[in-house]
Amino acid sequence: MNGDTIIEVEQLTIGYGDNVVLRDLNFTVRTGEVFCIMGGSGCGKSTLLKHMIGLYPPKQGDIRLFGCSMVHADEESRRALMRRFGVTYQGGALFGSMTLAENVAMPLEEYTDKTPEEIAAVVHEKLRQVDLAGFEDYMPAALSGGMRKRAGLARALALEPSLLFFDEPSAGLDPITSAELDRLILRLRDELGTTIVVVTHELDSVFTIADRVIMLDKETKTIVAEGAPTELRDHCENLWVREFLTRDGYKRGDCPDGTCRNRVAAERRKG
Amino acid sequence: MNELLQEIGRDLRRGRRLVEFIGAISLELWHELCHWKKFRRRECWYYLDLCGRQSLPIVLLICGLMGMILGLQAAIQMRQFGTELYVADLVGFSLLKELGPLMVAMIATGRAGSAFAAEIGTMKVNEEISALSTMGMSPERFLVVPKLVAMLVALPLLTVFGDVAGLLGGMLVGVGWLEIPVAAYWSRTMEELTPMTFLLGVAKSFVFALLITLSGCWRGFESDADAQGVGRSATGAVVDSILLIVVADVILTMFYSIFGY
Repeated sequence: MNGDTIIEVEQLTIGYGDNVVLRDLNFTVRTGEVFCIMGGSGCGKSTLLKHMIGLYPPKQGDIRLFGCSMVHADEESRRALMRRFGVTYQGGALFGSMTLAENVAMPLEEYTDKTPEEIAAVVHEKLRQVDLAGFEDYMPAALSGGMRKRAGLARALALEPSLLFFDEPSAGLDPITSAELDRLILRLRDELGTTIVVVTHELDSVFTIADRVIMLDKETKTIVAEGAPTELRDHCENLWVREFLTRDGYKRGDCPDGTCRNRVAAERRKG
Repeated sequence: MNELLQEIGRDLRRGRRLVEFIGAISLELWHELCHWKKFRRRECWYYLDLCGRQSLPIVLLICGLMGMILGLQAAIQMRQFGTELYVADLVGFSLLKELGPLMVAMIATGRAGSAFAAEIGTMKVNEEISALSTMGMSPERFLVVPKLVAMLVALPLLTVFGDVAGLLGGMLVGVGWLEIPVAAYWSRTMEELTPMTFLLGVAKSFVFALLITLSGCWRGFESDADAQGVGRSATGAVVDSILLIVVADVILTMFYSIFGY
């Protein structure tokens, strides 16, 4: 991991209509790290992500990706910027009328001059990276939730972005599938050097994958803590943050292989 | 008073979004013309099948029956004056200039307009539209242009088939009930109807295709991101389309009459 900044958020205030969801947000994401956005339900994690990826304009402040402002860029520059990162959504957001191969091929057909044979090879490789080789001709409706998320990730990886956003990757998944996805995220960081921003409230995932986290608070509508997850768990001055990160009374963060859930379950059985 | 002002404000914002939507579609159509090799033919074929081939049986049936109804109504009146042969004129003019394009547009509204709104609304719920946007792709180009091109091809073609089915329905009444010889009925029809009569009707269907597609897609994009919202947008698309079609028909008919058609 190097220290260059890939995302800069400055004095950001976001919301819908007259309603302010989060205000005065300032943080940076460094190249090559896994950065988690955490907080309780309804605190605005996904809303923040949607603003960061340019789906909504903020009320105030600026978001810079790769040194370029998402807020002040014209439509064409914003679209060009969007092609440089990938996003995976909670439900995968695959196009229901297309097969998995067609879904993954879509950005390649649109933005590259590759031949159909070259595109098919890239599609196969991307699906293999997310352990979905052999599912090229499946329709999204025929897949499980976890497979859809992985297929969404394959599509996000198609143009080999250096920055990836995940919206609640563990939501709705069983612990084993969730741990598999965590390992996949770490593999992307370690093997491809991809910078990854994850919105989640799953503590096991956070302690497994995150290099740094920010904690959002629904009451104060802003960031209440920032740092490495174990550091916040053990030393954060904010009591709520420490309690949040030590839910269930277990000290997490000592299981980087993603086996926390199994250990917690075993402890419970013993208890 | 405050609520009224808020409502006006919301309507103005919606109006602005609609103008932006129409502007975006125009730009994307131009873009597709300039980059026709990247035009999404597969989607266009899918919508041609949905709006065209799959709608054909119902169009033939409804327009055929419409021709028969017109023939029967005309026959009752014309018989009193011994002018049964004029049934051919009435059926031909009414169908080709007015009822053919109108009925076909109504059928297309029910089938395609609501389907467009529901499809785009569901895509919004599933975050597929967000996914398109964050891939740097224009949702209007991917979701509206193929539908628009398909409808601009399918609706005039369906209108032609509907016109023929209607004329045959009228002929069935003329020949079967009024006992007019087939040749006499047909030659009367051909004598009175000019290619311009036929073309004016088909021209209307281009305008109707544009209105059905735009209102269906617009309602889909404006849909609330929940199941009820999608239902409301599908219903709204049908209501909007019917209203717009009737208004456009009045304007076009007045426009035609100014030039003596």
